[in-house]
Amino acid sequence: MDFTDLLQLVVYGMVLGSILTLGAIGVSLLFGILRFSNFAHGDIMTFGAYTAFVVISVFHGPVWLALPVGMIGGALISIIADQLVYRHLRRTQPVILLISSFGMALIIRSIIQLIWGTQDKSLVKGIQMPMHFGDIAVRPDHIWIFGGCVGIVIAVHLFLTYTRMGKAMRAMSDNMDLARVTGIDAEKVIICTWALGGALAAAAGVFLALDTRLTPMMGWSALLPIFAAAILGGFGKPYGAIVGGMVIGIVSELSTAVMPPAYKPAIAFTVMVIMLIVKPNGLLGARR
Amino acid sequence: MTFELSGLASYGVFLLTMAAIYAVVSLALNVQWGMTGLFNIGIAGFYAIGAYTSAIVTSPPSTEHLGGYGMPFVVGLLAAMVMSGLIAIFVGLITINLRSDYLAIASIGIAEIVRLIFKNEDWIGNGVRGIAGIQRPISDNPLVYLAVVVVVLVLVYLTIERARKSPWGRVLRAIRENELGAQAAGKNVFRFRLEAFVMGSVLMGLGGGLYAHFIGFVSPESFEPIFGTFLAWVMLIAGGSGSNKGAVLGAFVIWFVWSGTELLTNLLPATMTTQASSLRLLLIGVLLQVILLRRPEGILPEERPHVGASPVSSTEIEDEAAE
Repeated sequence: MDFTDLLQLVVYGMVLGSILTLGAIGVSLLFGILRFSNFAHGDIMTFGAYTAFVVISVFHGPVWLALPVGMIGGALISIIADQLVYRHLRRTQPVILLISSFGMALIIRSIIQLIWGTQDKSLVKGIQMPMHFGDIAVRPDHIWIFGGCVGIVIAVHLFLTYTRMGKAMRAMSDNMDLARVTGIDAEKVIICTWALGGALAAAAGVFLALDTRLTPMMGWSALLPIFAAAILGGFGKPYGAIVGGMVIGIVSELSTAVMPPAYKPAIAFTVMVIMLIVKPNGLLGARR
Repeated sequence: MTFELSGLASYGVFLLTMAAIYAVVSLALNVQWGMTGLFNIGIAGFYAIGAYTSAIVTSPPSTEHLGGYGMPFVVGLLAAMVMSGLIAIFVGLITINLRSDYLAIASIGIAEIVRLIFKNEDWIGNGVRGIAGIQRPISDNPLVYLAVVVVVLVLVYLTIERARKSPWGRVLRAIRENELGAQAAGKNVFRFRLEAFVMGSVLMGLGGGLYAHFIGFVSPESFEPIFGTFLAWVMLIAGGSGSNKGAVLGAFVIWFVWSGTELLTNLLPATMTTQASSLRLLLIGVLLQVILLRRPEGILPEERPHVGASPVSSTEIEDEAAE
């Protein structure tokens, strides 16, 4: 294991990290406004990826079209879940919502299995020739994934900073009561947050399926590193999620240099636990 | 002794035994969530630790996995409880004072790591091939084993019911309702929460041990999150979290419903058999949402002390302080 190999792992880590970032931003946004950890987030990712898969396999559409369609799918299923179930549980303790989202994760996953079966699928067929930058090999997919994630994160940043809805979301996240007093329509903001979180999750799902394979369990397996990333960056802080996602992604990939790759989720978990012991509020301070 | 049961009767015995094992797990979750408010969704992890520990301790010598100690059944179950307890102490020390979201995530992490270890470390439990030939105690007769499980269930129930009514149990509920209040009354919140977490996990390990000896086979695939964790949660919430009677009743009702869905999906045409298990999951997931929306307190709600209008059991905290 020399320096080039390590650098190669860092490249893989950045790709994984950018995918985790998209997931973690969604989790963080939802937590900031609704005060609960959405355990169905991973399965919304999977659902978005399968929606994109329909565009590619049934309609033979290109990937750049499948991505936004998948994101719409992720947004829709999040809003449906909210309107059917979560909306009626908002007045209870947040932890009831947590249990409910755990059940929702299973509902979404079984719907996926009912429609698409349990077999692995690949989003895009064919073998790609890696490009070489010195001794580092990069698949064209990886550039698309990383570039796509950066683009989406910038779009989210602009949305949160400059639009009325984005400002309303940040206001609600800072102080729910104060935001309502100033005339913000809380229900509308909550629906938009679900849409945004669901769309981001779906984008993460599409990219993850591009990077690996499409399986009904892929989202649930990604849930742990995504939460680790969100906690690392400070729960409820979307910008912290970027740092958290990158750290978890790179550390997970680097760990394969010394440990069997099967233990990647355990590494994400260990980083999270160390963080919780040393600095429980995350790198950028968590919302209480 | 050879004793043949007819098909239907043997299915009934199977149903009852599994329901009773789940009732132990549901009671264990009630100590953690129902009584103390600790959010554990890593039940499958402690269940797996218990199942593997008992399998390893009681199995005859083997070159394929750790173990070959050939110990009796009771020693296997005790080892399962001790092992789950030790791991729970380790996990609890780190996570027990975290907010419920963090504890929930940490518990998923533990369950996942436990599964990864059993899957990848062949020397412990023979990897994905699992451990087979785990013996039942006394005789192979399923009725005898049902009796053993029921005796264990009754013992667990009596212990937890006793604990719930004791000062210890009242402190747990005080912490659940008002952590700061309990702290102000001089209670060591950290210690009580840790004790409840460890007690629950020990019983989950016991449930896992009972399961291993009943089925006779354990593998990492037996412990997908659905088998341990999700069903136990649905059982406790359906039965009435906080109530031990509810936890047991919920376990039996939900296990019968879950098994009933199998009969239902058996009616599906043969081409849809692969989808059947997904459909069952979907039904049970929807059932949980309906319970949460329509009857969140469960079939047998927790008996709460009547202390005026306030939902916070402040008098209990004072009682505790006085002792």
